Amino acid sequence: MAGDLLKPDAGGLYCAAGDFWIDPLRPVPRAVITHAHADHARAGSGEYYAAEAGLPVLRQRVGQDNDLVSRRYGEHFELGDTRITLFPAGHILGSATVRIESEEGAWGVSGDFKRDPDPTCRPFEPFDCDVWLTECTFGLPVYRWPPTETVIGQVLDWWRECAGVGRPAVLFCYALGKAQRLLSELDRHERPGRIWLHGAMQALTRCYREQGIPMPDTHAVGEAGKGEDYGRDLVLAPPSAAGSPWMKRFRNHSTGFVSGWMRIRGNRRRRGYDRGFVLSDHADWPGLVDTAADMRSGRVITIHGDGTALAGYLQEQGLAAESWNLRETLSAS
Amino acid sequence: MQRFARLYDRLDGTTSTNARVAAMVDYFRDVPAEDGAWAVWCLTGRRLKRLVPSGMLRQWGAEAAGLPHWLLESSYQHVGDLAETLNLLVPEPERTTDAPPLHRLIERDVRPLARLAEDEKRERVLEAWGELRGTERFLYNKLLTGALRVGVSRRLVTRALAELAGIDSGLMAHRLMGDWQPTPGFFRQLLADEADADLDISRPYPFFLASPLESDPARLGPAEAWRAEWKWDGIRAQLIRRDGQTFLWSRGEERLDGRFPEFEREAESLPDGTVLDGEIMAWRDGPLPFAVLQRRIGRKKVGRKTLETAPTAFLAYDLLEMDGEDQRDAVLDERIRRLQTLFDAHPGQRIFRPESVDFEDWDDLPALRASARERGVEGVMLKAADSPYRVGRKRGDWWKWKVEPYTFDGVLLYAQPGHGRRSGLFTDYTFAVHQADALVPVAKAYSGLTQEEIEELDRWIRAHTTDRFGPVRAVEPLQVFELAFEGITRSPRHKSGIAMRFPRIHRWRRDLSVKDADSLDELERLLPDEAKSP
Repeated sequence: MAGDLLKPDAGGLYCAAGDFWIDPLRPVPRAVITHAHADHARAGSGEYYAAEAGLPVLRQRVGQDNDLVSRRYGEHFELGDTRITLFPAGHILGSATVRIESEEGAWGVSGDFKRDPDPTCRPFEPFDCDVWLTECTFGLPVYRWPPTETVIGQVLDWWRECAGVGRPAVLFCYALGKAQRLLSELDRHERPGRIWLHGAMQALTRCYREQGIPMPDTHAVGEAGKGEDYGRDLVLAPPSAAGSPWMKRFRNHSTGFVSGWMRIRGNRRRRGYDRGFVLSDHADWPGLVDTAADMRSGRVITIHGDGTALAGYLQEQGLAAESWNLRETLSAS
Repeated sequence: MQRFARLYDRLDGTTSTNARVAAMVDYFRDVPAEDGAWAVWCLTGRRLKRLVPSGMLRQWGAEAAGLPHWLLESSYQHVGDLAETLNLLVPEPERTTDAPPLHRLIERDVRPLARLAEDEKRERVLEAWGELRGTERFLYNKLLTGALRVGVSRRLVTRALAELAGIDSGLMAHRLMGDWQPTPGFFRQLLADEADADLDISRPYPFFLASPLESDPARLGPAEAWRAEWKWDGIRAQLIRRDGQTFLWSRGEERLDGRFPEFEREAESLPDGTVLDGEIMAWRDGPLPFAVLQRRIGRKKVGRKTLETAPTAFLAYDLLEMDGEDQRDAVLDERIRRLQTLFDAHPGQRIFRPESVDFEDWDDLPALRASARERGVEGVMLKAADSPYRVGRKRGDWWKWKVEPYTFDGVLLYAQPGHGRRSGLFTDYTFAVHQADALVPVAKAYSGLTQEEIEELDRWIRAHTTDRFGPVRAVEPLQVFELAFEGITRSPRHKSGIAMRFPRIHRWRRDLSVKDADSLDELERLLPDEAKSP
């Protein structure tokens, strides 16, 4: 579209006025990274700009040798003819939204964000912009999150129930962000047993601890003795571990999955988990709709996820809204 | 209701079969009989019919949620279950009163909806949405929209009830058959430990089901210990003659009596206390294609013309009751001998014992099976000569050895999201074959891929959508699949002019390109002779 400050490119967004990309999935000379999840941060680019709080985790993900430039939240910096500011996104530790100001106006870009409280990261901060590019992972009104304390209560009830009958409680969750948020939430409660971590979570959790985020003691499954009794314990593992031989050591285990997708019964049943816990690091439908209003922009563009319903709804609310598909730019060339 | 909701949560919160049985045993042990009866009714998949049209529920749901109607529809397509969608969208009440017990909820609040006018229905439903929350409201919605499938099979419910009553699960299965009403008296009788005194006279026996034979039949042991029958391509049914009345039950436990006057009239001459297991077939001096029988299914009143063009017969291949005595413990050879005696005394034109399949040793069988298609049957049944008539699908005594299905290679053309377990994924596919320069849709298939393949194909479909029609996506015609099907008939209702029976996906043929897919001409060659030139 002519006159747009940003356009889809390389699986992310390209800003010609500043000659940089946001969250590109292919290597580019200069990238602004909203957060360290693999669908936003990839190795191989020249320069990386990211929020200061996110730097240690980003290093874990894209490697040590890259040229990483950190900026504090709220600090302005120039790229080409644009002025950039990073704001806290409330998604995971060090996650950011990006404001780009230029002569054509101010654009706000979300990587992923949420509005619910999270003890591991700074809460989302709205800012004014003319155009708001919003993630739309959960872009249907069926996605509405229950209060976090309710969900943590459910997790603890399940863990206690399992511990009562000597069954290991294996809880699947994403290794970066969700695992640490859960740990941090559990830190505030009485717990029936020990907590074990899958190898994929060790280094990332250490990163969080080093930044002063309070979490209970954890043990590495990889360092457990043969015949370890996990009967009263909670095991955190990435979803990829489900059904793998790695699971065999937890005899007679019960499984749970922590994700916004668990709001829908069919999603849980299809994956065969015993329990689903509805806790997400993304905005739910009310969060997406309210944020679109909070940004006070006249135009909203959905990126990441199926934005058809959200865009349609916002149009009916009187906003200019459309959906962009960033992935298409990958298969096109 | 709270108690039943807690049971549901326990059943839903585990994937372990034993844990589910234990949850049901715990529930049924303490439940008041009037609630227990309805719980059995719900868990065995029965449903209250025609309570509220789904269109109305959707409209009221959108209103109650303050959402545009199209957004409720999009949400429903995504979730794949209307009851759940409504529960997720309609805001929950802040405060709730205690939900009424299950029987009261159903008898007072749900069942009467069927008789009410639209505005009264609406008032009642909105009232319930404003009082119930969580699982209770979800279950209420489930009662309104259909059967309450909660991941427990009927067999599992039977097992739990039998365990609690301390009786054999075959007997429990029998008690759960037929036309019972969910009354406290029924529930008490269900859990009684003594043998059945006064069974309802229409009650059928649980069907014994054959398992598919995948190995060489010679591995079943000596051939003399086995009997063979044709596997008829009709509707499995039980014909009951008791107290001067005739009852006809399908395997799906649907009452069919009154729909097949030609052989039901003949049943009147059978002695009281007779129960036959067999197959309803379209029949004129021999089997007619299943498509002919389809004209009779679901038709309660049959006109003279239909009786002439689609005549039926009941092929009795087993005897379950004689002179009011249960015959199921007698061995197959003995039951067949008594069945033959019965027909010798009461010969019939439309109820009869079908010809048996004689074979000397296993080497004879492959040729017989290969002749199945030209004989108009599905294959061969193998039954152990000394086996009793068992309950349900117990492997070992009854085997079905079907002919190999037909196959063809088709191109994926459209996809649509599935329901229930498959909600949110594109799992309902339409396949096409070549006709001149175009691709013409010939079959829809829902099953046959692994979960990994389904998910991979889902991603592919999303990335290769060329057009949308409501929930249906048109995709680039690039992917070829091998499909199997059981039969093919001419059909003026289909664009391709043909209809397939039970099409399903055999394999994802990544090795084939679109030009390798089959053509309509090749499929038409498989039509039965009389259908080739319409």
